[in-house]
Amino acid sequence: MLAAAWDYLLAHPQQFAKAFAMHVALSAAALALATAIAFPLGVAAARRPALALAAVSVANLGRTLPSLAVLALVMPLLGTGFAPSLFALTLLALPPLLLNTIVGLQGVDPDVVDAARGMGMTPRTILRRIELPLALPVMFAGLRTAAVQVISGAVLAAFIGGGGLGDFITAGIAMMAWPQILVGAIPVTLLALAADFLFGRLQRRLTPVGLRAA
Amino acid sequence: MIALEGLTKRFPGASAPAVDALSLDIGAGEICVLIGPSGCGKTTTMRMINRMIEPDAGRIAIDGRDVTAADPVLLRRSIGYVIQQVGLFPHLTIAENVATVPVLLGWPAARVARRVDELLARVDMPPERYRDRYPRELSGGQKQRVGVARALAADPPVMLMDEPFGALDPLTRAALQDEFLRLLHELGKTIVFVTHDIDEALKMGTRIALLRAGRVVQYARPETLLAQPADAFVGEFVGADRALKRLALLRVADHATPGRARADAPAVGSGASLREALAALLAADADVAAVVDAAGSSASTISLAAIRAAAVAPRRAEA
Repeated sequence: MLAAAWDYLLAHPQQFAKAFAMHVALSAAALALATAIAFPLGVAAARRPALALAAVSVANLGRTLPSLAVLALVMPLLGTGFAPSLFALTLLALPPLLLNTIVGLQGVDPDVVDAARGMGMTPRTILRRIELPLALPVMFAGLRTAAVQVISGAVLAAFIGGGGLGDFITAGIAMMAWPQILVGAIPVTLLALAADFLFGRLQRRLTPVGLRAA
Repeated sequence: MIALEGLTKRFPGASAPAVDALSLDIGAGEICVLIGPSGCGKTTTMRMINRMIEPDAGRIAIDGRDVTAADPVLLRRSIGYVIQQVGLFPHLTIAENVATVPVLLGWPAARVARRVDELLARVDMPPERYRDRYPRELSGGQKQRVGVARALAADPPVMLMDEPFGALDPLTRAALQDEFLRLLHELGKTIVFVTHDIDEALKMGTRIALLRAGRVVQYARPETLLAQPADAFVGEFVGADRALKRLALLRVADHATPGRARADAPAVGSGASLREALAALLAADADVAAVVDAAGSSASTISLAAIRAAAVAPRRAEA
């Protein structure tokens, strides 16, 4: 069956390249957009207990929502194609990013922040030089989770015409063509694993030396 | 050097003010110890001096300058700040931690590096060995050494210390107390020192302010606090053994009388405390001991009666 999948791939190189590129573009764009939203929101919420609680609750609720349900809800509003797929995937990536930004910042030792303030650091300096470096490993763990979720979730974009590797899977299911399903499923799995590995390496890289396990 | 006038702070939701019209004068080069039971307002008072907590009413003057109107961020850079949990920045090296305030003040890099090495040496942390280490590699006592070095970095005339030795084991605590007492006097710093440990207060304090419910109950030198407690609360706070504690603060040389002791009398050093002299007398079952100076010769004696007199009455009235 793997051989059949390989033959199918060789028979449709352009189609595969296009779907692969679309899948990566869609995932990367969703991650970038979600980070751009979650980072400032998380930083703002971490300092305000009420806002943080609200953000964490909504984010947790968002995590329980199945991705397919999000797509189903989005379609009537935004129609089909790239934009609604991007919107749905961004929504999928937001909870882990937002949660980890808030939890990471709230996890910074209050005595360290007190000492920084007592020595005359401004709130902005404290955020930039103390809180963010210390929260970075936790925040990056959120990005790693979000990346895996978005790459696997992007398969569903095919349902609303967003393209990507999901096209092979949906078409394969419709025709009960196993090789075609695998041409979509295997690269998605590899892509998700690669992202997990890459972001894991980056996360260790970005952990300040003083915090790394001895 | 530091004048607190009518300082008041009431926290939202609290029935009584945490600090209630508190006034205190702290002389240059003094170590003023704020002590009292939990919730007496000692930490709040200290934190109002560098405006970590804003007072509701009252005035704070440092060196004659009213700081109640100053920019709190700039004010804090001119006041050393040491807390019990130390609060070293775990992601920065020891050198970077110590350099915090000089860097905030924009010192050139070469001057910062020189100052960091000088301070690490001062607190007995050889710079070539510790400069590039990280806080998690240090013991509790070493962390607080770095904490004090960090607070001293920009040579502030005033230091605030909130139970700086509170988290250390008794041996390390005693060693650091001795060491920093010497260092801080040497540098001539004016210090506000918060503790709940009366022995630490008696040891470190030039003067001790005993607080209760946000007010100063008594503000006096350690000897006076022990000899003449202002009321029953102070007496109870300093402890039933305050006579003994007082003896530990008094020097033999100040209570000796000229003369020669019998040949079999015990000997005590002139620099010893009366408490040590008492222990020597009790151990030898004697009434009089010979007082020996550094050169080993004796021209005076100390008697049980003299020790008793010193324990109950102050030699001279001090406030």
